[in-house]
Amino acid sequence: MSDLFVTLRINGTDHALSLDPRVTLLDALREHLHFTGTKKGCDQGQCGACTVLVNGRRINSCLTLAVMHEGDEIQTIEGLGTPEHLHPMQQAFLERDGYQCGYCTPGQIMSAVAVLDEIERGVPSHVTHDIGAPPPLSDEEVRERMSGNLCRCSAYPNIIAAIRDVSGGAA
Amino acid sequence: MIGDGINRTEGPRKVAGQVPYSAERRDAGDPLHGFVRGAAIGSGRITEIDTTAAEAAPGVRLVLTHRNAPPQGDLADLGGLHDAKPELVDDRIVRYGQPVALVVADSFEQARAAAMLIEVSYDREPADFDFFAHAGGGEVQDVSAVGDFEQAFAEAPVSIDATYTTPYHFGHPMEPNAAIADWRDGHLTVYLTAQMLNQLLDGLALTLMLDKADITIDSAYVGGGFGSKIGLHCEAVLASLATRILERPVKLAMTRRQMFSLVGHRAASQSRIRLGATADGRLTALGHDAHVQTTIRDDWREPVANVARALYAAPNRLTRRSHVELDVGAPEPVRGPGELPGLMVFESAVDELAEKLGMDPVELRLRNDTQIDPEKNRPLNGRRLADCLREGAERFGWDDRPIVPASRRDGDWLIGYGVASSIRSHWQMATDVRVRIDPAGLVTVQSDMTDLGTGTYTIMAQVAASALNVPVEQVQVELGRTDHPKGWGSGGSWGSGNMSVATDRACSAVREKVFAAAGKGFNDIFAEVRRHFPNGVEAIGHTIGANDDPNYKAYSQFTYGASFAEVGVDAYTGEVRLRRMLGVFSFGRVLNAKTARSQLLGGMIWGVSAALHEGGDVDPRYGHWVNGDLAEYLIPTHADIPAIDAIVLDDFDEHANHMGVKGIGELGAGGTGGSVANAVYNATGVRVRDFPITLGRLLPGLIARG
Ligand code: FES
Ligand code: FES
Repeated sequence: MSDLFVTLRINGTDHALSLDPRVTLLDALREHLHFTGTKKGCDQGQCGACTVLVNGRRINSCLTLAVMHEGDEIQTIEGLGTPEHLHPMQQAFLERDGYQCGYCTPGQIMSAVAVLDEIERGVPSHVTHDIGAPPPLSDEEVRERMSGNLCRCSAYPNIIAAIRDVSGGAA
Repeated sequence: MIGDGINRTEGPRKVAGQVPYSAERRDAGDPLHGFVRGAAIGSGRITEIDTTAAEAAPGVRLVLTHRNAPPQGDLADLGGLHDAKPELVDDRIVRYGQPVALVVADSFEQARAAAMLIEVSYDREPADFDFFAHAGGGEVQDVSAVGDFEQAFAEAPVSIDATYTTPYHFGHPMEPNAAIADWRDGHLTVYLTAQMLNQLLDGLALTLMLDKADITIDSAYVGGGFGSKIGLHCEAVLASLATRILERPVKLAMTRRQMFSLVGHRAASQSRIRLGATADGRLTALGHDAHVQTTIRDDWREPVANVARALYAAPNRLTRRSHVELDVGAPEPVRGPGELPGLMVFESAVDELAEKLGMDPVELRLRNDTQIDPEKNRPLNGRRLADCLREGAERFGWDDRPIVPASRRDGDWLIGYGVASSIRSHWQMATDVRVRIDPAGLVTVQSDMTDLGTGTYTIMAQVAASALNVPVEQVQVELGRTDHPKGWGSGGSWGSGNMSVATDRACSAVREKVFAAAGKGFNDIFAEVRRHFPNGVEAIGHTIGANDDPNYKAYSQFTYGASFAEVGVDAYTGEVRLRRMLGVFSFGRVLNAKTARSQLLGGMIWGVSAALHEGGDVDPRYGHWVNGDLAEYLIPTHADIPAIDAIVLDDFDEHANHMGVKGIGELGAGGTGGSVANAVYNATGVRVRDFPITLGRLLPGLIARG
């Protein structure tokens, strides 16, 4: 299969690549650009470990081909914060121990940032009782919206506590 | 310092995505990529395998099948932990998904596509895949008998006799099993996601017929284990074979679907539990007959029947296990081996007995508490099961429980409370740790131990910092390399005990050296090291194995807990929702309050999962895993888990070791599943004895009750 040229804009920087069109966005990040903060847990859209933001919205990067993302703004965990300058959500995960092995963690954090934005923008979810009103910042809403991100270490209670710390939301 | 809930030392890098797991390691440079083709039958022979198209496919460097695989060490009759695990040996297929070929290509996409071009023909042979078609039977093993169980059971004024089943479970850490193997200048380095390196090194060296000195396994960061990374699996073996042929680094990761057949599972089990008691709730007869799946080639038998041997007093006891050899692949340890399924069903039976006695299930457990191991007649050190039960009942508000099943409702939800005890054996394994102090002001702690998310990096830094009286920031913990001092890695809940003892001893030994040179009474150990040891000073600390430790002969070593759960069951659909849960645990000294709580909560959620969600289904005709992915093999998600909490009864167990520490990796799971199952019964009056408790299993009973 002949390669295609694509420029991926990741965390504000352009990366010109020549890629096999079968390469997923996830593998482009991990194997070609060595942004290995984005994880592969299942490669089939079932775990959320590969969550990144594309034009501000979260997607499973294993379910999309890299060559489809010319011109998109892609944000990964590396663009959110660094160990020295953590994003508030990363800091909250650290303080609340919202992880154990850390493998699902970048995906959880990217999702968590997006979830708060979705609630803020009034996007309803499966558990939004009144879709005419802005969704509440409840634990129920957050849990529902985070449910595409599996954590086998089962850090769920601590992850919700971390998100609550950042959002200022109550149960 | 020890016990403080400090943040994980590697935490800032983990939350920033800066920790490299095995498949992400760059140490060997750009690797070639492997992909495994698995067998499409469960039992039989390969009659033909045509690799022509695959070999001609773009980017392909190597196609390995049983016809051209290099010679490897023999698979021992019983594939133990340290034994060879050769791959692509011959045309024989013994389980569905078994590797029949490895393709190595320049890219992952090329390797995957080429693997699908291999044409394989099979001769399928009759096989037995169906555990639940085998009710009991088989050779009885691991028998423990005290008194006359049969007679006492027959004469008991109150008794129950119930049979339960648990399904196949899989560990499924979020990081799939993966390896990068790099053969260079006559030395093999394998970046492998693994739990117990020392044992894997033995097996890998035997398989590859290499000297152990010529292999290094590096497992610095591990994305969860749960037993899945204890055994030697095909990713390590095949990547190693390929790099030796190609003399280029080779990366091989299992896909999530492949993990179902390329990594072992927890055996399905059936348990007949018989309990006899006096009218006032004293157990007179305690019996557990377990039957588990295994294969002809494996000696791991899920120890389901062992769980109650020290749990409650009873003068007459009989616990034993039988097994059936099936063609579904080898079982392996999965978190809470034995006790997760075993306690879940045993504690369900205790609940059934309480119901029959008309007794509070907490009271029944307290009444049969014991400080003496009822089978080994020696003290149960640090046993605070009763404290766990009382403290939990108090905090949970157990007094408010619905005493009559199916008596409380909240709208459409039937509400129930459940309780269960947990017990977990504590082990001690021979372990070495090196501690080094450099004049520059750095303490380095080295071990082949791994951190699976268990907090090892952090607790070892805390132990060393405390022993040497230096800030944690000045301690660097280096784990996960086979060229470090050896131990028993992460498994069996023994890590924190082994490591804290050996680390503390190594620190003492280093300090002795500094004392000898500088005299006692100094303030700044680094200043003395600079003065007397310009090249640094180091020492090894050792933990002896349990078999050599008199404490492990004089005492029966366990950890304890109690779990309380409240569930709601939809009266019309049978949907079960966990509403709240509390675990109270006692396991000696806490090394880090934050990471310990996380590990306990994680274990408790595993218990919820076993009660309500998890179960691998085999196609009884063809032997493949029908629900073999994360969409169909259900594990809890955020939405399934409400606010839950874990409380630790602060303690120090002086009979465990001089640090007072016992492990907690499996304790949280323990009997937690039983508390959820008992809450479902309390909510509905319907007892489901086949796990997990799904809608389909609950609804007929709900409908029958009206
Ligand atoms: S790796 Fe993309 S959802 Fe699992
Ligand atoms: S932290 Fe290990 S899977 Fe979530």
